[in-house]
Amino acid sequence: MSEPLVEVNHLKKYFPINSGLLNRTVGHVKAVDDISFSIQPGETFGLVGESGSGKSTVGRTILRLHDKTAGEVKFKGIDVHELSGKELRQIRPQMQLIFQDPYSSLNPRVRVGDAIGEALLDHGMLQKGEIRDRVEEVLASCGLSSYHYDRFPHEFSGGQRQRIGIARALVLNPDLIIADEPVSALDVSIQAQIINLFRHQQETRGLTYLFISHDLSVVEHLCSRIGVMYLGSMMETASRDELFRNPLHPYTKALLSAVPIPIPKLKRDRIVLKGDIPSPANPPTGCKFHTRCPFATAMCKEQVPEFRHVGHEHYVACHLV
Amino acid sequence: MKNTLEIDRLSTYFYTEEGTVKAVDDVSIRVREGETVCIVGESGCGKSITAMSVMGLIEGTTGKVVNGKIGFDGENLLDLSKNELRTIRGNEIAMIFQEPMSSLNPVLPIGQQITEPLMQHQKLSKKEARLRAIELIKQVGISRAEQIFDSYPHELSGGMLQRIMIAIAISCHPKLLIADEPTTALDVTIQAQILDMLREIKEKSNMSILLITHDLGVVAEMADYVVVMYSGKVVEEGEVVELFNNPKHPYTKGLLKSKPIINQRQEQLYSIPGQVPNPLSLKESCYFHERCAQCMSICETQQPKLKEVGGSTQKVACWLYEEGIADV
Amino acid sequence: MSTMSSEVVKSSRQDHTAVKSSLWTQSMRKLRKNKLAMSGLIFVILMFLACFVGPLFSPYTDGKINVTAMNKAPSLKHWLGTDMLGRDVMTRLLQAGRISLTVGLASMLLSVFIGSILGAIAGYYRGIVDQVIMRIADLLLTIPGLPILFILGALLSEWKVPVDSRMYIVMLMLSFVGWPGLARLVRGQMLSLREREFMQAAVVLGLRDRRKLFNHLLPNLFPLLIVVATLSIGGAILSESVLSYFGLGVTPPTATWGNMIDSANNVIDFEKHPWLWIPPGFAIFSTVIAINIFGDGLRDVLDPKHKK
Repeated sequence: MSEPLVEVNHLKKYFPINSGLLNRTVGHVKAVDDISFSIQPGETFGLVGESGSGKSTVGRTILRLHDKTAGEVKFKGIDVHELSGKELRQIRPQMQLIFQDPYSSLNPRVRVGDAIGEALLDHGMLQKGEIRDRVEEVLASCGLSSYHYDRFPHEFSGGQRQRIGIARALVLNPDLIIADEPVSALDVSIQAQIINLFRHQQETRGLTYLFISHDLSVVEHLCSRIGVMYLGSMMETASRDELFRNPLHPYTKALLSAVPIPIPKLKRDRIVLKGDIPSPANPPTGCKFHTRCPFATAMCKEQVPEFRHVGHEHYVACHLV
Repeated sequence: MKNTLEIDRLSTYFYTEEGTVKAVDDVSIRVREGETVCIVGESGCGKSITAMSVMGLIEGTTGKVVNGKIGFDGENLLDLSKNELRTIRGNEIAMIFQEPMSSLNPVLPIGQQITEPLMQHQKLSKKEARLRAIELIKQVGISRAEQIFDSYPHELSGGMLQRIMIAIAISCHPKLLIADEPTTALDVTIQAQILDMLREIKEKSNMSILLITHDLGVVAEMADYVVVMYSGKVVEEGEVVELFNNPKHPYTKGLLKSKPIINQRQEQLYSIPGQVPNPLSLKESCYFHERCAQCMSICETQQPKLKEVGGSTQKVACWLYEEGIADV
Repeated sequence: MSTMSSEVVKSSRQDHTAVKSSLWTQSMRKLRKNKLAMSGLIFVILMFLACFVGPLFSPYTDGKINVTAMNKAPSLKHWLGTDMLGRDVMTRLLQAGRISLTVGLASMLLSVFIGSILGAIAGYYRGIVDQVIMRIADLLLTIPGLPILFILGALLSEWKVPVDSRMYIVMLMLSFVGWPGLARLVRGQMLSLREREFMQAAVVLGLRDRRKLFNHLLPNLFPLLIVVATLSIGGAILSESVLSYFGLGVTPPTATWGNMIDSANNVIDFEKHPWLWIPPGFAIFSTVIAINIFGDGLRDVLDPKHKK
């Protein structure tokens, strides 16, 4: 196998909980708690999980929008968290982020063309006079028009704004794009447009994606490999076909069976999980899923299951497999 | 079967600085006893405004119900005084919203918020109300009912709060429950719990549900009858199985095709081109014509009427199904 | 691919009609529709014009004492009467307006300048810089403004500061008490802007600090600054009037609206010569109200958080 583009090894990210008059740290939210995975060039790695699973934090820690607590993040073999400020800024164009909210991720007072083109200037990639052509080219490839260049974000709909966000990332010719729930704020008909755009851009530019989403049907459609997270831990990773055909972890099974399918009167064996997702500030001992797992045993309460290889590039963290 | 709710030619307009927005434009919806009707559509299609109009929540200077009737139990809700409406609201018609956090008062304990409507509408004593509240909390699947009774909203998760909202909603045995995107803010595993519970409650009490959602998966799971809205208009309606298996309107077809389905893989997703038209610049036409692959010249100038097709209950508003036009 | 290109065609057909407009032109259009705010603005402009151009047409600008025309009631010759030294009240009122408005405007500019720079630095760099700046601001905010001004004013008199330069020192004093509140506001806004997703996007894009500050943060800060600045002119005019009324600000013979009212501080003048104190009082009152009405209108269109 070729050298992975991204390698995440035993990554931890704890956020301190401060309280009291002196702002003392009274505990930690273990948003990401010892996670490892790698992303091969050209693939789309999907990160799935419910709220509080830490999937977004993983994405942002890879980009060093957050500083790690422990572990390492390697991008093209370079440890991103060891770079100086200057080196980091130079490497930034190669890894880009696409946000969930197409409204707050665009500055309302910056023209669309400037928002897309300004990074080219700052990285000295193009001269001032060359920018407009390049930006218009990217706008066109994202399904927008050249006359959108001088518009302001408020003149666009949610779907179009998301296209602008994608164009802003693509203009730098990145190798990796981390997409953090890029379609969950959009309407169904617009969602499909954006998903197709992601696909199309990957085919023409040979991009690598880390696609973060809570929507399993979207992840299945786009991703070649998928990791399932729960409360900051990776529960299962496998190729798409393997994961959907042969899910091993009870959480993955429950998650898959919980997705509503638009076929009426469909008979399904649904595993309805009991209870709520525990707080990541105070996660259960042992296997974090044992409080909701229909098959939990005494061992699950005490021992943290190892993240094991079970064949076919399929990894799972469960005592019962 | 008796009709619980009859919305007849309802129109709700909003008057903004830039012009009039016909948020709900000549919409008729009927909900029968014990039936779940889903209104499905994208943001801005008027599905929530329809629900708010029924609840009498369109107030203030900008929005107004300009036309139509909302029949409930033989009465037109639009003719009732505020006081009469209040005895119906929360009692015979209950509503739950997308954000349970913002619909509960943060400074009052959960128990008090459940008992208040019981004491007001059902004239229960404080003691009886407390017992009934605890029973209700248990009914919505929360085990530590006594403990929850005394806690405050911020101590509970989103899923729990939505359960509490449902408990409050069903506390007075409403004939109709209006649920506006009740699971959109929740995780899938929690959504599954809530939907299961809603179905169970409905079966037990023969309550009618008007469910508003954008999620076709939720529609397929919950609905008996589906109403598809687009730009303030009903474009198609019918029995859920019929509508999903044999959608007629190009918009419904597109919507169903553009949603990826688990374990049904396709290479390229179908997508409806373009975007929802600006509600301020709508002219006499089929509002979907700009995005429609089968657009004809009549679609750009005349609005199709909602009509029954093929002798079934399914109705569609599309020129393709008008005799003598599709052939031209 | 075919769906892609048809999407482009469809979407472009749709929004060609949209008007090209920036947030500024949009806001200004909305402001122009707000009749109350516009009448406030027009009043303030007229007041400025009257004060700065009006005296040019007055025959009494020399401010000479005229013993033959003391305490005359309003007449055709003296529209607002004369004071106890026989000076034309109308002319003095307009000349006083020059000083009061200048002091208000200048001290606003200065305190906005200091406050926004210090606040922006504190909010942008945070850490120890933030701590130092904000603790100084807190300290100044804990002492009520007027007592500080009184003490400073008293010192001015004590040190026999020349009358001509008093006006400038009053401006400095007013901005000295005015900046901490502003710095605090700007810092808060800066902190919340930093957390916005588009600023995270700027980090991921690897933009330079200079661009982040000047192209992304400051343009979002301006609307707030303009609103606060406008509203604080009124406050500055009031404070100056209070100071001058107590003889601690600009002192006679230089007239300001404040010290003109002071000249009527005895019962006889109060009862018998109302033309001495009503006009300056009305000038302060109406100008400050007009500025505040205009500022509120500005806030409605510029500051989205205050939308109804």
